[in-house]
Amino acid sequence: MKTIYLDNNATTQLAPEVLEAMLPYFSDLYGNPSSMHSFGGQVAKEVREAREQAAALIGATPDEIIFTSCGTESDNAAIRAALAAHPDRRHIVTSRVEHPAIKSLCAHLSRQGYRVTELPVDKDGLLDMNHYERSLSPDTAIVSLMWANNESGVLFPVEKAAELAHKRGILFHTDAVQAVGKIPISMKGNVIDMLSISGHKLHAPKGIGILYVRRGTKFSPFLIGGHQEKERRGGTENTPSIIGLGKACELAARNMEAENTRVKQLRDKLEEKLLELIPNSRVNGSRLYRLPNTTNMSFEFVEGEGILLLMDEYGICASSGSACTSGSLQPSHVLRAMGVPFTMAHGSIRFSLSIYTTEEEINFVIEKMPSIIERLRSMSPYWTSEKACTVQ
Amino acid sequence: MWEYTDKVKEHFLNPRNVGEIENPDGIAEVGSIACGDALKLSFKLDESKRIKDVKFKTFGCASAIATSSALTEMVKGMTLEEAMKVTNQDIAAFLGGLPQEKMHCSVMGKQALEKAIENYQGAPSKETVAQIICECFGVTDLEIERAIRENNLSTVEEVTNYTKAGGGCGGCHDAIRHIIEEVRAEAKPIVRPKLSNIQKIKMIEETIEREIRPSLKHDGGDIELIDVVGNRVLVATRGACATCKAADITLKHFVEQKLRDLVSPELVIEEVTP
Repeated sequence: MKTIYLDNNATTQLAPEVLEAMLPYFSDLYGNPSSMHSFGGQVAKEVREAREQAAALIGATPDEIIFTSCGTESDNAAIRAALAAHPDRRHIVTSRVEHPAIKSLCAHLSRQGYRVTELPVDKDGLLDMNHYERSLSPDTAIVSLMWANNESGVLFPVEKAAELAHKRGILFHTDAVQAVGKIPISMKGNVIDMLSISGHKLHAPKGIGILYVRRGTKFSPFLIGGHQEKERRGGTENTPSIIGLGKACELAARNMEAENTRVKQLRDKLEEKLLELIPNSRVNGSRLYRLPNTTNMSFEFVEGEGILLLMDEYGICASSGSACTSGSLQPSHVLRAMGVPFTMAHGSIRFSLSIYTTEEEINFVIEKMPSIIERLRSMSPYWTSEKACTVQ
Repeated sequence: MWEYTDKVKEHFLNPRNVGEIENPDGIAEVGSIACGDALKLSFKLDESKRIKDVKFKTFGCASAIATSSALTEMVKGMTLEEAMKVTNQDIAAFLGGLPQEKMHCSVMGKQALEKAIENYQGAPSKETVAQIICECFGVTDLEIERAIRENNLSTVEEVTNYTKAGGGCGGCHDAIRHIIEEVRAEAKPIVRPKLSNIQKIKMIEETIEREIRPSLKHDGGDIELIDVVGNRVLVATRGACATCKAADITLKHFVEQKLRDLVSPELVIEEVTP
C-alpha cells in the first residue's frame, strides 16, 4: 500500500538531496570541525557553509545562527537566556496555544515563582493585540509567541508584537518551527530578538535545530561546555545534520514559491472539496492568516481516532486534536482555546501537506474521506438523534 | 499510536450489531459528547427471557467502538442475570486486553449494560444519592468507588484510566484520593476464621496447587510443598526455579505473598534443599 503522507507538521520526509549531502559526513569525512588539522578543517568549512545557507533562508547573518539539537532546545535556551539577562524581571508573556516546548516550560517556571500571562485567542485562533499590549509591564522579561500554530496553521503577527515589546525594552522570542521554510521570513525587516527552528519540519533530519539570536542580544548558553557555536552552545557539532539542515534551508528557499502556490492550491482544493462533500464539517481557525500547507478540519459527531484508523487502512497519514489522540482525556488545548465546540473538537483532523504532495494523492483523499466519515456517523448515537442539535 | 490487540482492531473495523432496536425491551445511553465518548445500547428478549437481539451505537474512539461490539457479542443469548455478572474486566479480556488508558471504554460498556437492564426491570435509578466528584466528566462518587473495588485500583491515575474522573482540570484529585483511601480502608480488616493445623495445611496445599504452580509452570518452573511447621512453610523448588537466581525473590514476593493473602498473614516461606 502506498503511503499518502499528509502529516508534515508532525515531521517531514528527508529530502533526497539532503541525505546525499549528509552521507559523506557519516563515513569518510568524520573529522571534528574544531580540530587544527585540515582533515577536520574541511568539515568546518562545510559547517560554515551550512550556517550561511540557514542565515540566507531567514535573512539573517551567519553569526546569528546557533545550531542546537531540536526546536525544544532552542525554545528552552531562548527563554532561559532572556530570564538570565534580566534577573530582576519575573514576568513572562506567552499564549494559550503554544507548543508544549514553550507551554510546559512556562508552567515549570511559574512553579518556580515566575508570573506567566497566557494570552487568549479568539475563535479564529487570532490574538487580541490590545490585550497583548496591556499585558506588557516593566516586570516583563520576555515575550514568547509562536509564528505559526502547529495544529491550526494560524499565523500570529509576531513582527508587530515584537515592535510593541521592544518599545518597552522587552525581549521577544518566537517559536517559528512551523513557519520557517513555509512562508518568507526576513530577520532584517523585523526586531525579533530570538527565533527557534527545527530541522525535521523542513525536510532535514530529526535531532537538529537552530536558535537565531540577533546580533547584540545578551545571551548566556543553555548547554555549557566547549567553545563551539562561539561559546553559545557547548557540545561537538552534529556535523552530518548541520550540513543536512544547511542543504534543506537552501532547498526551502528555492521551493518557497511552490509552497505558496502549488501546495496552497492543493490544500485549498482538499479543504473545499471536503467541506462540499461532507455535511456538518468546518475549518478550525482563520483561513486568511494561515500557513499555505495546513488545514484543520472538524467533522461533527464522530471521533478523531476512529477517523485516523480508518484513514490508516488506506495508507493516509494525518493527525487529530481529539481527546483519544491527545494522550489526555480532553481535546487539544489549541482547539479548546479557540472555543471549538465539543461536538466538533473531538472530530478534528489536521492535514498538513508538503512540496512532495501530489494532486493524485489529494484526489485519493477527497475520494475516500466522505465514506470514512459516513461509516463512523452511521455508528454514532448523535448523528441521527435529535439530541445532536441541542448538545453544545 | 495506541497498541490495540488484533481483536480490538477487528471489532473496530467490522463492528457487530450496530444500530438501534425498534421497540426494545431495555435501552440506555451513557456518556456524553463533551466527554468524548457515548454509548447507546438496546436489547430485546425472547420467550425464555434470554437476550435475543442487542444493538449499539457508539460515539468515541476505536476502543470504545470495539468494546461496544464485543459486549453485544458476549451478552447475546444470556439471561439478564447472567448478563449482570459480566464485568468490565470480562469485556476487556474478551478483546485480549485494552491499553490501561482505555479501560474506561470497558467500564462504559458495563454501565450501559446495567442501565439498559435496569430500564427493563423498571428499577429505580440509584443515582439519586450519588454525588458528582469530577465536574469535567460528570463522574460520581459511586462510580469511582465501584471501579476501585471491582478493579482493585490504588492510584488517582488508575481511577482516571478506568472512569475518566480526574482527567480534566484535575481539581478533584484530592477527592478521588480520599475515596481510594476510604474504599481501601474498609477492604482491609478481613476477618479470618481461626484455622486448625489440618485446615491450614490443606489450604496451603490448595493454594499452591491452584494459584501458584500454574504461574510458575508457565515460566518452566515448579514448586513442591515439603512440610508445614507452625507458620513456616517449607518448600523445594523444581524445574527452572531450581536454577533461577531470582527464585528467592519469587518465593518471597509471589509465593509468600499469595499464601499470606489467601491463607494466613503470619506465614513465612522457607526453601529447603531436599
